[in-house]
Amino acid sequence: MRCRMGERRTIRTDYLARVEGEGAMTVRLQDGRVEHVELRIFEPPRFFEALLRGRAFTEAPDITARICGICPVAYQTSAVNALEDLCGVEVPEPIRQLRRLLYCGEWIESHALHVYMLHAPDFLGYQGAVELARDAPQAVERGLALKKTGNQVMAVVGGREIHPINVRVGGFYRAPSRGELRALVEPLERAREAAVETVRWTAGFEFPERSVECTLVALSDPGGYAIERGRIRSDSGLDIAPADYDEFFVEEHVERSTALHSHLRDGGTYLCGPLARFSLNHDQLSDTALDAAREAGLEVPCRDPFRSIVVRSVELVYACDEALRLIAAYEEPDVPAVTVEPVAGTGFGVSEAPRGLLYHRYRVDGEGTILDAKIVPPTSQNQRAIEDDLRDVVARHVELDDDALRGLCEQTIRNYDPCISCATHFLDLEVERR
Amino acid sequence: MKPKLAVWKFASCDGCQLSLLDLEDELLALADAVELAEFREATSGTVEGPYDLSLVEGSITTAHDAERIRAVRDASKAVVTIGACATAGGVQALRNFADVDEFVAAVYASPEYISTLATSTPISAHIAVDFELHGCPVNKHQLLEVVTAFLHGRKPGIASTSVCTECKRRGVVCVTVAHGTPCLGPVTHAGCGALCPAYNRGCYGCFGPMETPNTAALVPLLRDLGLTERGVERVFRTFNAEAEPFRDAVPHG
Repeated sequence: MRCRMGERRTIRTDYLARVEGEGAMTVRLQDGRVEHVELRIFEPPRFFEALLRGRAFTEAPDITARICGICPVAYQTSAVNALEDLCGVEVPEPIRQLRRLLYCGEWIESHALHVYMLHAPDFLGYQGAVELARDAPQAVERGLALKKTGNQVMAVVGGREIHPINVRVGGFYRAPSRGELRALVEPLERAREAAVETVRWTAGFEFPERSVECTLVALSDPGGYAIERGRIRSDSGLDIAPADYDEFFVEEHVERSTALHSHLRDGGTYLCGPLARFSLNHDQLSDTALDAAREAGLEVPCRDPFRSIVVRSVELVYACDEALRLIAAYEEPDVPAVTVEPVAGTGFGVSEAPRGLLYHRYRVDGEGTILDAKIVPPTSQNQRAIEDDLRDVVARHVELDDDALRGLCEQTIRNYDPCISCATHFLDLEVERR
Repeated sequence: MKPKLAVWKFASCDGCQLSLLDLEDELLALADAVELAEFREATSGTVEGPYDLSLVEGSITTAHDAERIRAVRDASKAVVTIGACATAGGVQALRNFADVDEFVAAVYASPEYISTLATSTPISAHIAVDFELHGCPVNKHQLLEVVTAFLHGRKPGIASTSVCTECKRRGVVCVTVAHGTPCLGPVTHAGCGALCPAYNRGCYGCFGPMETPNTAALVPLLRDLGLTERGVERVFRTFNAEAEPFRDAVPHG
C-alpha cells in the first residue's frame, strides 16, 4: 500500500480473540510511520492483592489459583514456595516431585490449548480450531488428546483440572497411590508421540524472519529444566535468588497508559516464557525433546516469537517425558504434607508458569495472617516486549493492507500467549472505545 | 438451522469457559451440533444474534458491563450463568465487605484511572436468568448436560442437594465425623462429586450454598471443631461470599 503525505491509518482490534481474557490493540500510523502502538487490557480489575490481606496464609494457594483458570497450578506453586520460604520449610523430595508432576500436567494442558486452539489457526488461516477441524480433523483431534492427557495428570494429582483442590502449604492433602499414577503412563506415552508429531507439524508452518533483541529471563535449576523452582537467570548474566526480584525488576507507570510495565532496573526490556526457557536451559531437555528440537531446526538461542509455537511443542515433548520419569520414580511420601507453622516476615516464591516467570511475595504476621501481597504474572512482565515487537513488525510491513496488517499484529500478540486474566490487576483498565 | 450458542465473559478467571474447551471428547461434536456464534476465547469468527443460548461467565463489576449484560439478555432466548462469579459474584465480591476505594489504592499506583463499581454482583442482580450452574469452576460434565438440556428444551438434570449426599453416594468417609475436620459439605451445593472429602480435606464451599442450607446449625459445629470466629467468617467469605445464605451465615462487619 503506497502512502500519501498526511495520511493517517489506524489499525484496531477491539476485542482480541483466542487469548485468555479481554484485550484490545491499537496501532496508529502517520505518513507510513508507526506513531503509536498499544496493547490494551480492559479486563475488569479483581483486586487480588487487596483481598488477600487479612486472609490466613494457608488460604493463599486456593485464592490465588482463581486469578487464572488456565494456569492455576502456577499460582498455587509460587504461593506455596513463597510461604514455605518464609516459614523456613523445605518440603521432602517426594512431595516436590509430585508438585513437579502436577505442574507438567498444567504445561501439557496449557501448551496444547495454545498451540492447537489459539495459535495454529493463525498460521493456517482459520478463525479457530473448530473451523480448522473441518479440514484437518486429525491434527485437531491430536491436540485435544494431548490436552486431555495434561488434564488427566492434573485431575489425578490435583483433584481436578481447573483450580485443583489438593495443593496446600507444606505439600498435599492426599498423595496419590502408585497405582493411580501408573494409570497415567499409557496416555502419557501416547501423548509423547503426539507431542513429537506436534513439533514436526508446527515446524512445517511458514515463518516470517524475525528476531527480538530484549534480555531473556527464566528460572534455572541445576536439578533439571526449571519448572516448579529455581534461581532467576538471564542471558546477560543475571543470576539471583527469588528474594532479590524486587531489586532487579521494576514496574513503571507508563505515560498515556494506565499500564504498569515491568522492566529491568537498568531500563532494559526483557522477555520470559518458552523462548527464554529454551534459550537458557535447552541442554537440560530430555533426549526426545532435544532430538525433536534439532529435527525442527530450532536455533539456540531462539529469539523468534513466531517460532514460539515450535518451542512450546518441544516443551510439550519434554513435559510428557518428565511426567513419565517422575511417575516411574515415584514413591509415596510418608506423609502427604509437612507441618508449616507461621513465621512473621516476608516470603518470596517463583515458578515457571506456561507463559513464563510468576513471582509472589507475601508479608505475614506471627499468627499467619497475610498483611500484604505482591503478584507479578508473566504477561505483565512481557507486555513491554510485546509492544516493542508489535511496533517493529508494523514498521516492517506498512505495505500490507489494513486487514492483512491487523491479522499480522494479532498473530504477533498471540505469539506470546498473553494471559490477560492474569495480567489485568496490574494493567490498563480504561476502555478506549471509538 | 443450527441453534446459535454464545459464550460471554465478564469479571472472571476464564476457567468456566475453559471447561467447554476441556470437553475434549465432546467438543467437536458439540461444535457440530450448534453454531458457535460468539466464543472469543476459541474463535475470531462471530455471528450476529439473536442467540438461542447464551452462557455467561463472570460477575458485574463495571458500569459498562452492567450495560453489556442487558444487551446479552435482549439478544438471547435463554441465559445460563456458569460458575461462582456469574452466579454469586465470585471471589472479587469480597470487595462488597470492604471499602473499594481502599482496595483500588492498595493495588494500583494511579487509582484515578480505575473505573470500577463498589460491588461485584451476580448476573441475576441485573437481568433475568434462566438457569444458574454452580461451581468454582463448574463441573464440565454438568456444563454439557445444561447445554444439551437447553438445546433440547428440557430441564437440566442437576441435583440441588448438598455435597454430603455425594460423599455418601461415593462411599467417602465423613471427614468431620471420622477426623474432626471442619467441612462445608452439609450446606454446599452438590456438583463436584465430593472432591475435597475424597482427598481427605474439608469442603471449602466452592460450589456455593445448596437449596435451603442450614448454616445456623453448621456454624456452632465449626466452632466446636476448633475454628475461631475469624476462621468461620473466612470459610463463608471466599468464592461465593455474596450468595445470600453464605453472606448471612456470619455477622456482617
